Amino acid sequence: MRGRRNRILLGIIVVLAVLSVATVWPSEPDRYLPSFVPWPEGKGAKFPWIRFEGGAITFHLKEARAMRLGLDLRGGTRLVLEADTSQAPDVNVDQALDTAAKIIERRVNAFGVAESEIQRQGSDRLAVQLPGIDPEKARDLVGRTAVLEFREPKLDENKNITVCQGGTVTYDPPGCEGGQEAAMALQSLTAASEESIIWVPAQAVGSDGLEKNLTGRFLKPNTLVSASNVGLPILNFEMTKEGSPLLEQVTTRLIGLPMAFFLDGEPIRGNDNRILAPTVRAVISDKGIIEGLSVDDARLLSIQLNGGALPVPLKVLQQEEVDATLGADSVQKSVIAGEVALLIIMLFMTLFYRLPGALASLALFVYTSIVLAIFKVWPVTLTLAGIAAFVLSVGMAVDANILIFERMKEELRAGRSLVAAIEAGFSRAWPSIRDSNVSTLITCAILYWFGDQFGASLVKGFAFTLAIGVLVSMFSAIMVTRTFLRVTIGTPLARHLGWWVVDLAETRGPAAVTPAPGMPPQSASGGEE
Amino acid sequence: MFDFVRRRNFYYLLSLLVLVPGIISLAIPPSLKPGIEFTGGTTFTVRFAQNVHQDALRSALSELGHPEAIVQGTGENKFLVRTRELKGAVAAPEVGPAPPSERDTIEAGLQQRFGDFLDNEGKVSNRFIDFYIVSGTVSEEIGRNAGFAVIAASVAILLYISWAFRAVPRPFVFGTAAIVALLHDVVLVVGTFSIFGKVFGMEINTMFLTGLLTVMGFSVHDDIVVFDRIRENLRRGEGRDFSECVNVSLNQTVARSVNTSFTVVLVLVAMLLMGGVTIRDFLLVLLIGIISGTYSSIFIASQLLVTWEERDIQRLFRRFLPRRRRPAPVETEG
Repeated sequence: MRGRRNRILLGIIVVLAVLSVATVWPSEPDRYLPSFVPWPEGKGAKFPWIRFEGGAITFHLKEARAMRLGLDLRGGTRLVLEADTSQAPDVNVDQALDTAAKIIERRVNAFGVAESEIQRQGSDRLAVQLPGIDPEKARDLVGRTAVLEFREPKLDENKNITVCQGGTVTYDPPGCEGGQEAAMALQSLTAASEESIIWVPAQAVGSDGLEKNLTGRFLKPNTLVSASNVGLPILNFEMTKEGSPLLEQVTTRLIGLPMAFFLDGEPIRGNDNRILAPTVRAVISDKGIIEGLSVDDARLLSIQLNGGALPVPLKVLQQEEVDATLGADSVQKSVIAGEVALLIIMLFMTLFYRLPGALASLALFVYTSIVLAIFKVWPVTLTLAGIAAFVLSVGMAVDANILIFERMKEELRAGRSLVAAIEAGFSRAWPSIRDSNVSTLITCAILYWFGDQFGASLVKGFAFTLAIGVLVSMFSAIMVTRTFLRVTIGTPLARHLGWWVVDLAETRGPAAVTPAPGMPPQSASGGEE
Repeated sequence: MFDFVRRRNFYYLLSLLVLVPGIISLAIPPSLKPGIEFTGGTTFTVRFAQNVHQDALRSALSELGHPEAIVQGTGENKFLVRTRELKGAVAAPEVGPAPPSERDTIEAGLQQRFGDFLDNEGKVSNRFIDFYIVSGTVSEEIGRNAGFAVIAASVAILLYISWAFRAVPRPFVFGTAAIVALLHDVVLVVGTFSIFGKVFGMEINTMFLTGLLTVMGFSVHDDIVVFDRIRENLRRGEGRDFSECVNVSLNQTVARSVNTSFTVVLVLVAMLLMGGVTIRDFLLVLLIGIISGTYSSIFIASQLLVTWEERDIQRLFRRFLPRRRRPAPVETEG
């Protein structure tokens, strides 16, 4: 019975380990492994992923090709942005840039790029470094002022839409360059003529009696992307108290007519690259949706709306790829050193604890690949802080094994059988493994919460990676090592006691004479039946 | 069996002697030197005509008096360098020879070592491509906030240990002893770096913070492993009294303590010897902290339990503040 269960467990562990190794196998093996061996290139892994968005559940395949590494380990894109004061010469640049830096940070965090770096450069510039994001996306995310405007078509007295014929439409200010404005009935509008609609800012009278443009300023910073019942993305927005009467006025006026959304003076386009201009069907005041965007665009827009518009437009002056802040060369050397260190640990464990040590080394290998696979699939952006947490958790995983083996040795010296000693070793070592790991997990929870509250992303990242590491290390020490040992008992390997404890021959004698101090009258483990 | 607990006051004294220089150094401002991540400084881009290795550039900058420089490659032989604020970095006057600024010195020094610079168009030049004063990337608040987090975590650890050891008499003492040992390790590491800052100009950066968090994790972990053994032995009635029970437990766990910490030290030494230069400070924090953590779990945390149980402190007071003669109250305690 027992033997069969152990073999099944062993099978599960082997499958898990193989899957993990396949997942973490690097896409550029030369970076991490000795280059004289022609290692195959890692393909990463695809995982079905369930996402909850606005109450709807969506499935999609998440591709994890490369480990997400932070700026310090891998580098990323560096952008230098300059405050563009040509439009607003009286802005206090100093203040505006400080605010802009905060907004950019909010956007970057919302985008899920951990550990970015933002610094003031000179009097009117910001230098931003973002890890693992392609330059175009970085530009879009960071450089956009993100002023959202609601616009309506320019109308004549008969509620006909004004289009621009024979010229190009301009939006700022709304007009028609090199052509003629002409009226067109709504019904005769085609996809081609949509492009030539002259859009003017939608205005409404505020509670203070002043005419106001309806912009993103009147949105609450809680926009949210959800999925429609056919799985298309919808951007949900809510108006502020000040904004809802404005939207109400505009939609009342526009019933039966289209309305467009402009971002930074350009119309927002949908998935099909057509200008998004839904027809207003009903009067809305407090809540609304924007449909027809691609998932990426919807998400980006939502992030930007929630982060707020930049107080001053920023111009991208420079855009370049930079390597690790710790130095690419230095990181690579350290990776190799870490691998050597891991081998040394395995060697030490095997020399000191013999067969169990060798099995624990194998367990350590399984442990390392599972943790790295989790990091890759989650995905966790790995920085030096994450590596430190990882090293700490490897230390704890090794420690758990050492605790168990020391206990096993004691039990063997006390004259127990191998089977009983293994079981006793585990059950005796368990309370200390449990208590020390639970205390670490509590610490992680608190550090994570604090890091989140105070924007100390370093502390947050550390806590998160450590928590994953500790959870897996408990699994590894108890499940993996134990299963390995139990399976080994059934093999001829168990016959050589000297392979289990080095000095057993000497200690067996005296242990039999003096009753061992480590032996309780009632055995805690119950041993093997 | 080695008698660990007999000389406990000697161990306290030893720790105190090791800690005092660090504490003194911390008391003298500036207690710690904040790195350029916090303070900001200067950033410049330089491009060389010939092949220059990142490592070589880093050591050249170090020779020129900027060991704190962060060097990032950003294209072929082009590097983005951040250093502490360079003096004389203000723009040179339009007319007349400017006094050689620190910028000039570095430019000259790098040219002497690596040859000509190139400008953005690829023409030979003798100036950096750009040169700016920049703010820090991490606000100094992060240090303070991390401090709060650590205090909150310590309280949680104290409560958890007190709960996990609720079966033993006075579990709160176990928690307190673990926190004192934790404090011991933190003060040792921070104090050592304060001294290093004054002597070698070593700076504190986010890596240091990370290292410190790691050390704290190890420290509490070590304490709990030893405490667990004491808990088990107490339940079994091991030893004649509490101090002997602690001593037995220490003897039983010492192999594990040394082996665990030895494996981690092995890793750290391997990385110190073979790894990159840029994480050396970080490894140093871990090395000092982990050795201290193992030491403090044996020689501070466990000894404090005995000190409390044997009422050493009261005895100490009585020695210095003699009052009426009375039989020692230790024996009367159940």
